[in-house]
This record gives sequence, C-alpha cells and structure tokens, in this order.
Amino acid sequence: MDGLVKNIKSQNGGTVVEVAGEVTLDESPKFHSSLLEIIKDSPERLVIELSEVTHIDSAGVGTLVEVFRRMKASGGRMFLVGLTPRVRGVFEITKLDRFFPILDTVDEALAS
Amino acid sequence: MASADAVISIRDLRKSFPTADGGRITVLHSVTFDVMRGETLVIMGGSGCGKSTLLNCLIGELPIDEGAILYRTNEMEEAVDVTGLREREFNNIRRRMGILFQSGALFNSMTLAENVALPLREHSYVEESIIDIVVTLKLQQVKMLAHRDKMPTQLSGGQKKRAGLARATALDPEILFYDEPSAGLDPVTSTAIDELIMDLSSKLQVTSVVVTHEMDSAFRIADRMVMLDKGRVLRIGPRSDFESIRDADPASLSTADDRLINQFLNGYSDGPLTDAEGMSEFEKLIIGTALSEDRTTA
Ligand SMILES: Nc1ncnc2c1ncn2[C@@H]1O[C@H](COP(=O)(O)OP(=O)(O)O)[C@@H](O)[C@H]1O
Ligand SMILES: [Mg+2]
Repeated sequence: MDGLVKNIKSQNGGTVVEVAGEVTLDESPKFHSSLLEIIKDSPERLVIELSEVTHIDSAGVGTLVEVFRRMKASGGRMFLVGLTPRVRGVFEITKLDRFFPILDTVDEALAS
Repeated sequence: MASADAVISIRDLRKSFPTADGGRITVLHSVTFDVMRGETLVIMGGSGCGKSTLLNCLIGELPIDEGAILYRTNEMEEAVDVTGLREREFNNIRRRMGILFQSGALFNSMTLAENVALPLREHSYVEESIIDIVVTLKLQQVKMLAHRDKMPTQLSGGQKKRAGLARATALDPEILFYDEPSAGLDPVTSTAIDELIMDLSSKLQVTSVVVTHEMDSAFRIADRMVMLDKGRVLRIGPRSDFESIRDADPASLSTADDRLINQFLNGYSDGPLTDAEGMSEFEKLIIGTALSEDRTTA
C-alpha cells in the first residue's frame, strides 16, 4: 500500500480500509483515486478506519463525502470508524456528523 | 527573538512611502509585537495611523524598509523571517493565510460558488466533484448556501462579506486577516459578521488579526488589542486592560498615552487625536479645518 491507505481487508462481508496520516488537500487526489479503485467492484459495505489519521482538512472531508455519494449511488453503505476527537471535531464543525454514519469500531460498522 | 507561542512576530518594523516632493514619509515606526497562536488580536487606531499598511506588510503585499516579520505556522520547526524570502518560498506560508480585505472583493464575473472554488482550483489538482463539496461546506459555514449560484452584484454588503469569508477560508487557513470587516455595514449586520468571526475562530482554531476602528466590534471580538497612533504602538494587552482604560476617569490616568487611548476608546471628538497629523491626507483636506472650526464655536 502507498499513500494514506495502509491496509485493505475483507471482513464479514465488508471492505475495511485503514487510513493513516494527514488527509489534506495535497494528498486528496491520490487518496481519492485509491478509494475509487477500492470501490470499483461496488462493495456492499465500506468501512473507513481513521484511528491513525492525525489531521483532516476540508478537502480531506470533501474526498470522503464524494466517495460516500458514490457508495450511496451504487446502493452500498459506507461507515467511518475510529475517529480521534480532533478528526471528529472537523465533522462536527461542518455538521456532517448529522448525516454521515460515524461509529466507534469496525465491528459495530460490520454488524449494523 | 520570536516567542515560542507566537504565530507572527513583528520586530522593529519600519515602513515609509515616497512623497510627491521626492522625499519619503515614514508611516510605521519601529512596530514590535507578537500575534499568539489561536488568539483574536484587534488592531485599533484612527484613520490614517497605518493599520492597513501594517496588514499589507504582514501578508507580504508591501515591502518593508527595516525590521523583521517572523512567521511560525503549524508545520514549521522554527520561526522564519519572511522579509527576505523569495516569492515562491513565501507562497508556502501565504497559503496558510486567509484574507478578508475592504477591497478584497469577489470577482463580479463569477458566481459565489466559483469565487469560493477559485483558491482550491489555483492551489490543487483536486477533482471538481470534491471542490464542489468543499465549496458547499464553506458556504454553509457562513450561512450563504442559498446564494451559491448568485452573482456578487445580486448580494447585499453583508452577504458579500460572508461570501468573502467563505472564500478566505477555502484552504483552511491558520491565520485570518481582516481589514475593517464591518465597515459600511449597518449595526445588525456588523454584529452578525462579528459573530461569524468569533465562530470561525473558535471552531477552526484559527489565529485572527482584525483591523478596525469600530469600538463596539473591537471589544466584542478581541482577546488582545493593539493601539496604534501615527504609526507607533501605544499599547498592546488583553482586552481587559483596554476596558479598564476606557472606563477610567481620564484625570486618573497617569500617562499621556493612556489618556489618548481613553479618549479614542470613548470616541471623544476633542483632544490630541483630532490633531491633523494623525489623519489621512484626505481627511486633512476635507474635514481637517471645517470640523475643528465647528468645534470651537460649539
Ligand atoms: N501607497 C501609498 N503611498 C503613499 N502613502 C500611503 C500609501 N498607502 C498609505 N499611505 C499613507 O500611509 C498612512 C497610513 O495609511 P493606512 O495604513 O491606509 O491607514 P489606516 O488603514 O490606519 O487608515 C496614511 O497617511 C496614508 O496616506
Ligand atoms: Mg485602512
């Protein structure tokens, strides 16, 4: 794996993507294409694990929202899990936490 | 030396402009102060005292004559003096700044959404679909989403300020500079803009540098304040210091500077601040004589 995506695994019928580092404007184009590659077979359930993400900016958030839109359009579901308080704060400020499925753990996301 | 928690350290800054007779006039004299990380610092002072010039020096729009301007943004190991930097190196720091100036208006040929998208398009290769989402987030934050496809000419003054703020925050700046953000706005709109400034500063944890001569606004938003007079720093300190000086009986204040600040903060129309010296050329020409004559007869 290169870039921000550290690991991809299939688990209980879901695709779990572990992300690490700073999800920012500069990283966004590469991060976006990595995610598009992952969802090109239209997985039913995509879980993005963000516990190793130290910082996310608006473009980083925008990238995740864009992938969320695609997942929805293809009838799949996407979850964000493991957000540090700092990363979670960014979603709260932008009020995205109100309609983005944010859960604590991978297991919760796979069970929901 | 720059202090550890300072985002900007201004040291002995001197700035002059050429005059019509071939000489030079110094408008900032040995200005020294720090802007601390996360604070809202309000720069006050009468018209023509050098506030806008100082702001323009800080953002690298104007070269300075002497002194240093050190920046230390989040990713920097140590403070860097930007006065000697090349354009390209300074641009890395500039990208961390958001600017809302009097004249920093929107492009009238573009919709609001396109105006906000501009910095993102200029600074990155992010896909349009993502830019569109970021633009929505930014317009939502300033409560202007309903107007995203309007042209700037269709907006009120307050709405334009909001939109300008959305554009200024497009790249998630660490430092926001404002020059007279509430100038020309009615009190209600001006209060709403102040609230937005405070909201962004707390939510985005930005450092804000705000120039204003509107005292209500200054006291609403400031953590600390700087008082400039004729290009010199009269005082810098927490808002409470300035509140004490404002509320004091002028006769009880021990220094001439404090009496001057007291007078300015209370908006007195007579006393040292109305000396023509502290005014802009324009004011000198237009109201310098007329008003002071008025006052002597009042
Ligand atoms: N480009 C310039 N050329 C010459 N003089 C200038 C220029 N810009 C500002 N000044 C002068 O510098 C002084 C400070 O101006 P300014 O910084 O705009 O004041 P403020 O923003 O506090 O009202 C004024 O006397 C003004 O006339
Ligand atoms: Mg000015």
